[in-house]
Amino acid sequence: MKILVCISHVPDTTSKINFTDGDTKFDTNGVQYVINPNDEFGLTRAMWFKEKQGASVDVVNVGGAETEPTLRKALAIGADSAIRVNTPAIDGYTVAKQLAKVVNDGAYDLVIAGRESIDYNGAMVPGMLAGIIGANFVANCINLEVDGTNAKAVREIDGGKETVSTSLPLVIGGQKGLVEESDLRIPNMRGIMMARKKPLTVIEPTEANVETKVLSFEKPAPKGAVKLVDADNIDELVNLLHNEAKVI
Amino acid sequence: MSILVYTESENGKFKKAALEVVSYAKAIAEQMGTSVTAVAFNANNAEALGNYGASKVLLVKDETLKVFNAKKYAAALENAAKNEDSKVVVVSASANSKYLAPLLAVGLDAGYVSNVVAAPSSVSPFTVKHSAFTNKAFANTEITTDVKIVGLSNNSFGLVESGGNASVEDFSPSIPESGVKVESVDKATDKVSIADAEIVVSGGRGLKGPENWGMIEELAEVLGAATACSKPVSDLGWRPHGEHVGQTGKPVASNLYIAIGISGAIQHLAGINSSKVKVVINTDPEAPFFKAADYGIVGDAFEVVPKLIEKLKAFKAANA
Repeated sequence: MKILVCISHVPDTTSKINFTDGDTKFDTNGVQYVINPNDEFGLTRAMWFKEKQGASVDVVNVGGAETEPTLRKALAIGADSAIRVNTPAIDGYTVAKQLAKVVNDGAYDLVIAGRESIDYNGAMVPGMLAGIIGANFVANCINLEVDGTNAKAVREIDGGKETVSTSLPLVIGGQKGLVEESDLRIPNMRGIMMARKKPLTVIEPTEANVETKVLSFEKPAPKGAVKLVDADNIDELVNLLHNEAKVI
Repeated sequence: MSILVYTESENGKFKKAALEVVSYAKAIAEQMGTSVTAVAFNANNAEALGNYGASKVLLVKDETLKVFNAKKYAAALENAAKNEDSKVVVVSASANSKYLAPLLAVGLDAGYVSNVVAAPSSVSPFTVKHSAFTNKAFANTEITTDVKIVGLSNNSFGLVESGGNASVEDFSPSIPESGVKVESVDKATDKVSIADAEIVVSGGRGLKGPENWGMIEELAEVLGAATACSKPVSDLGWRPHGEHVGQTGKPVASNLYIAIGISGAIQHLAGINSSKVKVVINTDPEAPFFKAADYGIVGDAFEVVPKLIEKLKAFKAANA
């Protein structure tokens, strides 16, 4: 089985979010970048397939050269090779279009992407990719098993989950549940050394229409101070929630 | 040219999000000088959408579509959008809407923006505001394609009753085969889901152990709320993953979010930031959650929560 894991290069979850250039650009100053958490669960599941069932695992990112350390980290975790499509990730569709070419050229059987990236949260690239290449697609995937060309997946739905049967070629939008938090791997020194020698291929982008463009960013309005209620005066909280906040 | 809207129902009954997306579509229709056409699947009271601004409802009655299938539903919507020559399609932020919207976007060559929080600031160029960086910021984004898909965040626009009437037409789109087949659905029918909940009661590590969740569940029951938890609690296996809210868990956009024994890590706050009113109960007055909350009680959850349950029961009885 040939597996491709899509890796988004995103600000660490603790990053302070600020903007520059008249609020039109994300301020990368002092920001640590990581593998998108949803993608990391998928990568770890891919490593499980590689080790238990036999599979090759490649990783791909659509972005500039600044994303290469993130791809190297994925290699250090255990992926076999990396591909970077050399174009900025402008919108969901252009990224999906680039990934579609990589998937078709590489004849991948299984594409594991994250449910969403934690920077743009669009939750659209995996579905668009599946739509473009005509593969089966499971969103919000919290469990995946593959047997030959058949696959069984569990999708998180609002208020529960559903189990589906499907087949390769398959694209999933994965998240926690594919593996547990405790299964995530911290690259060791040997992995890091080996990652330096693994292939990281840079390919030039294919043509894709930009469908959406960000004009500006804004931060939420500052919040007023918390109103503290005495622990012995719960009636006051009920009163505030009813009469002031009007939520009960 | 009408605005097309996907309205979700469950067991024939429209979800609240369906009424919200119709209300939202009506606002766009007014901006663009057109009307709203809703697409519903196996809904019992399709004409009810008229009250929220739909002029026409295309009702798909098909037993084979009783269980949601993203590819099939997307094909039906694509078919409807083409028949109606719709330039704007509105979906919600439910798991199912987010599943089908990217497929629909490819089918319609449409630009898609999800997590939209307000009516378009302009319809020409078509510009919408949506959350980004997991609710730590907003982006104003222009959709440049001829056909546009807007995914509305739950609870961000509200319901607007316009008192109109909708004509209901049977709609029989051609439905493709799908390579994804639902084998079983595991869903608690008696509990409100985090996505649909108006109120969410959430517990953290401060509750010390899974055996102490009885009072969280009781509080949720009194309020008709969904239960949720912080990441450490789900990682420790105290509560199921499906309850984990935060940056890598589920987003919450309820009217009221009550955090009990949750310190308020930045990742947690990002995930629940869209909730309108936040209450925190924590022993530590320095807990970061107090900076994000509207109301707070510094106190021991094991003393405060039972009292709160008692007071709320009395309140509910008095206001029943």
